[in-house]
Amino acid sequence: MKYSYYPGCTLRTKAKELDDYARASAKALGFELEEIEDWQCCGGVYPLGTDEIANKLSCVRALNAAKEKGQELVTVCSACHHVMKRVNDDMRNVEDICTRANNYMELDEPYKGETDVLHFLEVLRDKVGFDELKKKVVNPLKGKKIGAYYGCLLLRPGKILAFDDPENPKIMEDFIRAVGAEPVIYPYRNECCGGYISLKEKDMAKSMCDKITESAEGFGADMLITACPLCMYNLNKSSVREIPVVYFTEILAEALGVKESCCKEEKEVQA
Amino acid sequence: MQRIGVFVCHCGSNIAATVDVAKVAEMALMEPGVVHAEDYQYMCSEAGQAKIADAIHEKNLSGIVVCSCSPRMHEATFRKAAERAGLNPYMVEIANIREHCSWIHKDMEEATKKAVILMRAAVAKVNLNTPLKPGESRVTKRALIIGGGIAGIQTALDIADAGYEVDIVEKTPSIGGRMSQLDKTFPTLDCSACILTPKMVEASAHEKINIYTYSEVEKVSGFVGDFTVDIRKKARSVDMDKCTGCGVCQEKCPSKKAPSEFNRGLNTRSAIYTPFAQAIPNVPVIDREACIKFKTGKCGICSKVCQAGAIDYEQKDEIITEKYGAIVVATGFDTINLDKYDEYAYSQSKDVITSLELERVMNAAGPTHGHLERLSDGKAPKEMVFIQCVGSRCSDDRGKPYCSKICCMYTAKHAMLIRDKYPDVNVTVFYIDVRTPGKNFDEFYRRAVEQYGVNYIKGQVGKVIPQPNGKLLVQGSDLLDNKQILKEADMVVLATAIEPNPDVRKIATMLTASIDTNNFLTEAHAKLRPVESPTAGIFLSGVCQGPKDIPETVAQAGAAAVKAIGLLAKDKLMTNPCTAHSDELLCNGCSTCENVCPYGAITYEDKEVNDHGIREVRRLAVVNSALCQGCGACTVACPSGAMDLQGFSNRQIIAEVDAICR
Amino acid sequence: MGAKKKQAEMIEEISGVNPLKCMKCGKCSATCPSYNEMDIKPHQFVSYVINEDVESLVNSKSLWKCLSCFACVERCPRDVKPGKLIDAARQMVVRKREQNYLTPDEIPELLDPELPQQLLVSAFRRYRR
Repeated sequence: MKYSYYPGCTLRTKAKELDDYARASAKALGFELEEIEDWQCCGGVYPLGTDEIANKLSCVRALNAAKEKGQELVTVCSACHHVMKRVNDDMRNVEDICTRANNYMELDEPYKGETDVLHFLEVLRDKVGFDELKKKVVNPLKGKKIGAYYGCLLLRPGKILAFDDPENPKIMEDFIRAVGAEPVIYPYRNECCGGYISLKEKDMAKSMCDKITESAEGFGADMLITACPLCMYNLNKSSVREIPVVYFTEILAEALGVKESCCKEEKEVQA
Repeated sequence: MQRIGVFVCHCGSNIAATVDVAKVAEMALMEPGVVHAEDYQYMCSEAGQAKIADAIHEKNLSGIVVCSCSPRMHEATFRKAAERAGLNPYMVEIANIREHCSWIHKDMEEATKKAVILMRAAVAKVNLNTPLKPGESRVTKRALIIGGGIAGIQTALDIADAGYEVDIVEKTPSIGGRMSQLDKTFPTLDCSACILTPKMVEASAHEKINIYTYSEVEKVSGFVGDFTVDIRKKARSVDMDKCTGCGVCQEKCPSKKAPSEFNRGLNTRSAIYTPFAQAIPNVPVIDREACIKFKTGKCGICSKVCQAGAIDYEQKDEIITEKYGAIVVATGFDTINLDKYDEYAYSQSKDVITSLELERVMNAAGPTHGHLERLSDGKAPKEMVFIQCVGSRCSDDRGKPYCSKICCMYTAKHAMLIRDKYPDVNVTVFYIDVRTPGKNFDEFYRRAVEQYGVNYIKGQVGKVIPQPNGKLLVQGSDLLDNKQILKEADMVVLATAIEPNPDVRKIATMLTASIDTNNFLTEAHAKLRPVESPTAGIFLSGVCQGPKDIPETVAQAGAAAVKAIGLLAKDKLMTNPCTAHSDELLCNGCSTCENVCPYGAITYEDKEVNDHGIREVRRLAVVNSALCQGCGACTVACPSGAMDLQGFSNRQIIAEVDAICR
Repeated sequence: MGAKKKQAEMIEEISGVNPLKCMKCGKCSATCPSYNEMDIKPHQFVSYVINEDVESLVNSKSLWKCLSCFACVERCPRDVKPGKLIDAARQMVVRKREQNYLTPDEIPELLDPELPQQLLVSAFRRYRR
C-alpha cells in the first residue's frame, strides 16, 4: 500500500526523529509513505476567519497532489494534520471557500476535497489494524506505563477532525496496548499544553504543562507519548517535572525492532 | 349550478391587518356560482355562524366557502353550523387565508391577491361538491395501554373505573416504570413506593384490568374504534399460574452476575429474577442470556428448588391477538446516554453518577442499602457537586434542545435529603437557570437554599477532573462572581437529560401516530387537544408526549383516560365519507392501489361488468370504506384514473388548480 | 450605519458566529485553560459583540491569551464558538498596519536551540498579519 505523505516543516528539522521513525515503522509494517513533491508549510495553525483563503492554499496544493496520484494523504505532525483536515473540510463543505481557493489555484480540474486525510495513527488503526500491528511487534514494551498526550489539535473540533471521541479518546491507548505497554488514562490528556503561547508567555505554558505532567505522573505514567513537536517542546521545556516525553513513532519503531537502524542512519548522516 | 355563499373572516386583526377582507368578498361575487358574499369580524362566533345560517335560508344557498383559519381549526365548526341550517355539511369548504396567507405575509396587496386566489380555488371546488353521507362503524369497548408506568397505570385505572375493559402491555417483567425506581418524590418528599405500590396493586386486582408484562406490541391494524393488535408475550420460562412468588429460585440461582436493570447496572441480579421486591406480578422471569441452563444445558437448579413446579424451560413466545376501540401510549422515558459527554468523566469515575442512579443509591433497596457512599470505595462523601442541564438545552448534536423540566426540582430534592440525613456533607449545585414553576415548587427550592444551606452556583461546569487520590476536581464557572472555580468533590451527580423511550419510534410507526424531531409523540393540538394524537383513537399519556413530572403525568393520564372513555362510550362512530372508490369500467386490475394502501382497505375481486354492451368477468379493485381513511394514495397511484376520492375527486382538485392558475 | 455597529457586524462576519445563540451558561469560561490570564472572559465575548463594544474587545489582553485550543468550541452546548469570536477580534487588530503583537526583531532573544519551527510559524500566523 502506498500513501502520499506530507511531513511538514518541523519534521524536516527539529522533529526529524518523528519522521524517521514513522518511515522506518511504515516500511516494517508493509506500507510506503511517498513524499509529495514541493510541499509547502501548512502554516501551523488553521486560519479561523471565514474570509481567509490565501493561508489555506499550501494545504490545497498538497491535497490536490495526493488526489492526482489517487492516494490518501498521510500526516504525522498533529498541527499539519489539524490544518490539513480542516482545510479539506472547507473544500468539501464550504462552497464559498472552495470556489475562491480554486480561483487562485487554476487547476485543470477544480479540487473539491476528494482526498482523504489520514493521520499516521489512523493508518495504524483503520488500515493496518491494531491486532495486526500487535502481531508484528518483535520487542514488546512490557511493563512500561505510558500516558498518551493528545493535546487539542488531533481531537478538536471533533466533528471535523473525526479522529476519535474528543472527550474520551482511545486510539493512542489502543496503540500503546498494541506495542505491549500499559496505557495510563489521566484527565489532562486532552487539555492544551499552551501551544505557541510559550514564545511570549512562558509562565502560562508552564502552568498548563505542569498540570498535564502532574496528572499523568499522579496516575502512574512513566512516560508520555505525543504526535506533536510543539507539545513535545512545551512538555519538556516548560514543565518542572522530568517525566520523559517521546514521539509515538519512537516507541512504535522500538516495538517493531527498527529503532536502532533508524538511529544508525541518523548518526551516519550527522557524522 | 350551485348557489354559493362566501364568508370572509377578519379573525380580529389576524387576517384583516394583512388581507383586505372586503376586497376578497367583493371579488368573490364575480366567481361563477357565487350569489352571496360578506365579511365579518369573527365568523366562528355565534353571530358569525348565524350569518351563515341566515344566508343559507335567505339566499337558498347550496354551497358555502368560509375564508378563515386552517380547516384543522374550524372546519368542523362551520360544517355543523351549515348542517343545523339544513345544508349537507360536506358542501362547506374552507379557504385558509390565515395560516397560509395573512400570518406568513407582510405586504397587504400581495396577501390580498393570494387570499383571492385561495377563495377562488375553494369556490371552484364547491361548484363540484356533492352531498356526502358518513357511514357508521362499531366501537370495541376495550382499551389498550402501552406502557405500565405511573402514566399507564393511572390511565388504566381511570378507564377501568368507568366500567371498560383495559389491557396494559408492559415490556419489562413488572409494572411500575420509572416511578418505582425513585426514592422520594417532590415537592412533598413522600416515599415513591408508598404512593405507587398501592396503585400497582389496585391495577393488578381490578376486575376490568388485564396486565401483560414481559410483553410487547408487535402489530397494529384497523382504525379508531376497531383496532386489531398482536401482542408478543415473551417466554417467561416460569408458569405464571403455578408460581407462588416464594423467591427461592432467585436465592439459589448460581448465575448472579447480570447487571440489575432496576438498579441502573450499579449492582447485579440473578439470571432468574423479579426486578424488585414489590414487583407486580410477583413472578420471576429467566433472563436466557444470563442463565447457565440456557447457555450450557447444565444447571436446572431453579427447577429443582421450585416446590410449585413452575419453571418451564420449554416455554415459547406467545402471540395474543386482541381487538381494541382505543389505544393509549404511555411509553415514558429514559435518561440519555452520556458517552458523548465525557468531559464530565462519567465513564472514567464510578463516583460520577446520574441523578437516577443517585435515586437507587439513596433507596433502601438499592445497591448501597440506602447509605450515601462513593461507589468506588464505599467511603462516605463530604463534598457533593450536582451539575444541571447535562445534555438538556443543547443545540449541538450531543444533547437535546429542550429543557428536561424535572431536573431542577429533583436536584433540590436530592440536595435537601442529603443535607437533612448527612448534615456534615456539603452540597453544591452548578446551575444555568433554576426553573421551578409549579405549585409549591419555588418554595421547595428556596427551602433547599435557606433552610438546608445548599450552595447554588450560577454557571456551568466545563470539566470534571478525576484526581489520583480518588477525589474529583470540578472546574466550573461562577458567573455572578466572574470566576473560574476549582472545587474538590467526593461525588458528582449529573442531571442527565431525559428522552422518550427509544421504542417509541417503532410503536408510533405501527400506530401511524406522528412524532416530532425529538421523538416525542405529537398531540392533535398543542393547546386544545394535548392528550390526543392526530391519529384518531390514539391517546397520549405521560412523558411520551413531552417532559413532565409525576403530578403532571397523573393529570394527563386522567385526561387521556377521559378522552378514551368518551370514545368507548359510543356504540357507533360516524365514519369519514371521504373514502376512495373505483370506477369499474376504468379499472385494469393492476394491483397498484392495493400495494400502496397503508390500511389494507383495497382487495381485488372477479366481477362481471357490462362495458358498453359487452358482458365479461374482470379482476377489479374493491374498496372497503370502513377501512379506508381517505388518504388518497391510491388515487394518485392508479395509472388508469379509475380510483377517485369522494370529496376530493380528481375533477375537484383539477378545478382548484385551474382556479389558482387562472 | 454607525461605526460601532459596523465593527460588530465585521466580527460576526469574519468569525461566522451568531452571538445570539448564546444562552449564557458559562461553560466556555468553565473550560478555558487561559481563563485566569484573560481580562474579558470567554463567556463575555458575545455580550461585547451584541452591545457593539468591539473596541474594548480589541484592546483586551484576552486577544493574545486565547490558545485556540477549541475546548470552548467543542464543549459549548449552543454551538456558539467563543474562540472564533475572539480570533476575529484579533484579526481586526493584526490586519491594521503596525498593530502586530510580535515583531521579527523580538525573535532572537526569544529563541532557544530546541524550539521547533512549528512554534514560530504558528506564532507569526497568530500574532501578526
